[in-house]
Amino acid sequence: MEQHPQSASDQGQIALICARHDNDPHRMLDILRDVQDQFRWISRATMQTVADQTGLTQVAVEGVVSFYAFLSQEPKGRITIRLCDDIIDRFAGMPKVAEAFEAALDIAVGQTSANGAFSLEYTPCIGLCDQAPAAMINDVVLTALTPEKVRDVVAQLKDGKRPEDLISDQFDDLPPHARATQMVENNIKHAGAVLLGPVPDNAGLRKALELAPARIIDQIEASGLRGCGGAGFTTGRKWRFAADTADDRRFIICNADEGEPGTFKDRVLLTERPHLLMEGMTIAAHAVGAREGILYLRGEYVYLRELLQEALAARRADGLLGRNIMGIDGFDFDNRLQIGAGAYICGEEGALISSCEGLPGEPKTRPPFPVTQGYLGHPTVVNNVETFCHAARILDRGAQWFFDMGTKGSHGTKLFSVSGDCINPGIYELPYGLSVRELLEMAGGKDAAAVLVGGPSGTMIARDTFDRKLTFDDLATGGAIVVFSSDRNILEIVEYYMSFFVHESCGYCTPCRIGNVFLQKAIAKFRQGLANPTDIAYLRDLSATIIETSRCGLGMTSPNPILSTLDNFPLVYSAMVKPPQDRLRATFDIQSAISDARVLAKRRSTIYDKDFGK
Amino acid sequence: MTRFTFQIDGVEITAEPGQTIMEAADEAGIYIPRLCDHEGLRHQGGCRVCTVKAGGRSVAACTQPAAPDLTVENETPHINKLRRDLVGMLFNEGNHLCPICEASGNCELQAMAYRLGMTEPTKFPYLEPCRPLDASHPDIALDTNRCISCGRCVRASQDVDGKGVFGYVGRGIHRHIGANGADLADTGAAVTDFAISAEVCPVGCIIRKREGFTRPIGERDYDQHLIGHEIEKKRDE
Repeated sequence: MEQHPQSASDQGQIALICARHDNDPHRMLDILRDVQDQFRWISRATMQTVADQTGLTQVAVEGVVSFYAFLSQEPKGRITIRLCDDIIDRFAGMPKVAEAFEAALDIAVGQTSANGAFSLEYTPCIGLCDQAPAAMINDVVLTALTPEKVRDVVAQLKDGKRPEDLISDQFDDLPPHARATQMVENNIKHAGAVLLGPVPDNAGLRKALELAPARIIDQIEASGLRGCGGAGFTTGRKWRFAADTADDRRFIICNADEGEPGTFKDRVLLTERPHLLMEGMTIAAHAVGAREGILYLRGEYVYLRELLQEALAARRADGLLGRNIMGIDGFDFDNRLQIGAGAYICGEEGALISSCEGLPGEPKTRPPFPVTQGYLGHPTVVNNVETFCHAARILDRGAQWFFDMGTKGSHGTKLFSVSGDCINPGIYELPYGLSVRELLEMAGGKDAAAVLVGGPSGTMIARDTFDRKLTFDDLATGGAIVVFSSDRNILEIVEYYMSFFVHESCGYCTPCRIGNVFLQKAIAKFRQGLANPTDIAYLRDLSATIIETSRCGLGMTSPNPILSTLDNFPLVYSAMVKPPQDRLRATFDIQSAISDARVLAKRRSTIYDKDFGK
Repeated sequence: MTRFTFQIDGVEITAEPGQTIMEAADEAGIYIPRLCDHEGLRHQGGCRVCTVKAGGRSVAACTQPAAPDLTVENETPHINKLRRDLVGMLFNEGNHLCPICEASGNCELQAMAYRLGMTEPTKFPYLEPCRPLDASHPDIALDTNRCISCGRCVRASQDVDGKGVFGYVGRGIHRHIGANGADLADTGAAVTDFAISAEVCPVGCIIRKREGFTRPIGERDYDQHLIGHEIEKKRDE
């Protein structure tokens, strides 16, 4: 088996990286990210060194390395180019962009150039659907790519420029916020009253510190705030459960692992409202009695790392993080930044905690729930970026102010990330309760034939139901609104989303690991025109089993692209099915079934073997 | 600690606080089908074959705590249909060719299919993995094409043998059992390990060399009894 020679100095370097993270196995993701950045791959010998330093087995380290898409067991190029493979990017011209990269670099997607300079690969949605097609070049992102731009980019990189130089000649002199906004447009199309309008600094925190912790939770409960990541659990109740535990070590975790295809609202909050987010986390810490926090940033948003670190440092310097916050004796709270490494499942609460603990991002068994036994077994509140920002504003302006916005059961405002076939893709902060039609009018989506609300885990609706409302009780969404015009092929979209779920399933439980592959194969049959009428019932039947038996939210929602299009676009499916002829299944291709045997028997066919005689 | 009662398929049974539905059912002689769970090992809740309806919600019986007055559905047509689907998925994920497999007759996957009344192929496609066989170890061979990812060997080696010979690697459909080294010979695995013993691997993935067919087909565990017999006979006593 492969045994990569590892020099003594390499081994020393790796040991140093481990030591920098206290040889702590719970910091495995940080260690492996650093190793990946420095060596561009993680060999078996490296995994052994890391295992020795952290007291784990080699296979446990390999379990982590092989789980995350941004960690590699093969050498990667000095510059790794990751093309966003989302359906929106495809529709926006990614195939031509990918071809241009392949031609300019002289490698195919999935390959590394022989001189070790470049790797080219695909990655799922990187949160830039409003400026697709987009790509990550190491830690830098490029948006609105065209084949011409690609040729220029590759020429500059081949000339020895760093990816950062593509953004600005003075990149290193720019402050972090300018670096981020020169790479990525915010695209704020509508600023609402709560988050994107004017926000005074730390006003909510100041008022929170005048209240007893239980009164803070009362305020949050009275505001009607519900989690903004998609699931919509009542925030106040979550905080109260954690506060009511007997444990004296509690944690606040911010879920900035926004991975639902079509969602990019947290990207904008992290860029424009990092202090409001940290203020919200600090208020939560005070309410719940937590001293430690983690901000989990998805690996795709690594370009925001310096911006967030700067905000953390500024708050520490201003006495807003650390010991005796705002001069209150004994109120200590600090945050560490945890960066992910390419795994959609880590947006699931339990998987996110696993990932923070240095493990593969596998959801945890529930019960116990994180609010009683979460990070390292301690009570943990996990909330979305937007939820924490709302909490800070509620403490400043009062629960009633927030409660009065929106509709019954869905209070306050919501950030919608609108992308796809519309004139004005971007971020819209609006009160809950608008109809899809109203939002489409604002975004210029008058040709919309289908709208995907809540991303692939959500619901795809057709024109006849555009009057449905954007609320928790009707069309719930973590923020994604993806617009498709009548030029788009529904089955192509569905097949893409199923391949996404197959790629992102953690593999822990049977129905999600295997059932989604079967669904993907079944949809492929429809697209190829090989489906027969019973396959519609098969899709529904298999979907029902996956939903009912899966262990976490991924499998409980992954069949939704199929089910919601079967319900709302039934003709798309019925037009593709053919009754079997001659009692043979259309999917059965006898020539391909016997082709191996023909080769073995050296009985080739002049008709069916295209290579016959060559 | 006071014991409490709850119902499984209309039968009232007692449980201790902290027990899972499956633990209480096992004690009472009610068998809940399972593949990734094994007595003496941590619960994993991965195969989902032990799915039951508890208080109207579908949950894994191996990890779900029992609760006073809970109503649990175990052997209903609906639940057994879900189980057949799950077992069918596991069959088609790997290469399970019973007639040529040494484990046939002792195989829990095969036995579960019989118990659930699966007598013909399902509609599911075959995924036909072709991972290399690891025959490096002098006494043990590993054919992960027959693995059902139950992880019993992982927990047995880690928690009982204190060795950590096995671990999960990969993600999604590519997730599989890996050895703690370049191959199995490179690990501290011994044929005397609990993890390697016949009771841990439910299928024919972990193979002890030189003991093939020591018991003839027809005289094997599930040639005599249905899977779950050991638990169900407690109820008759």
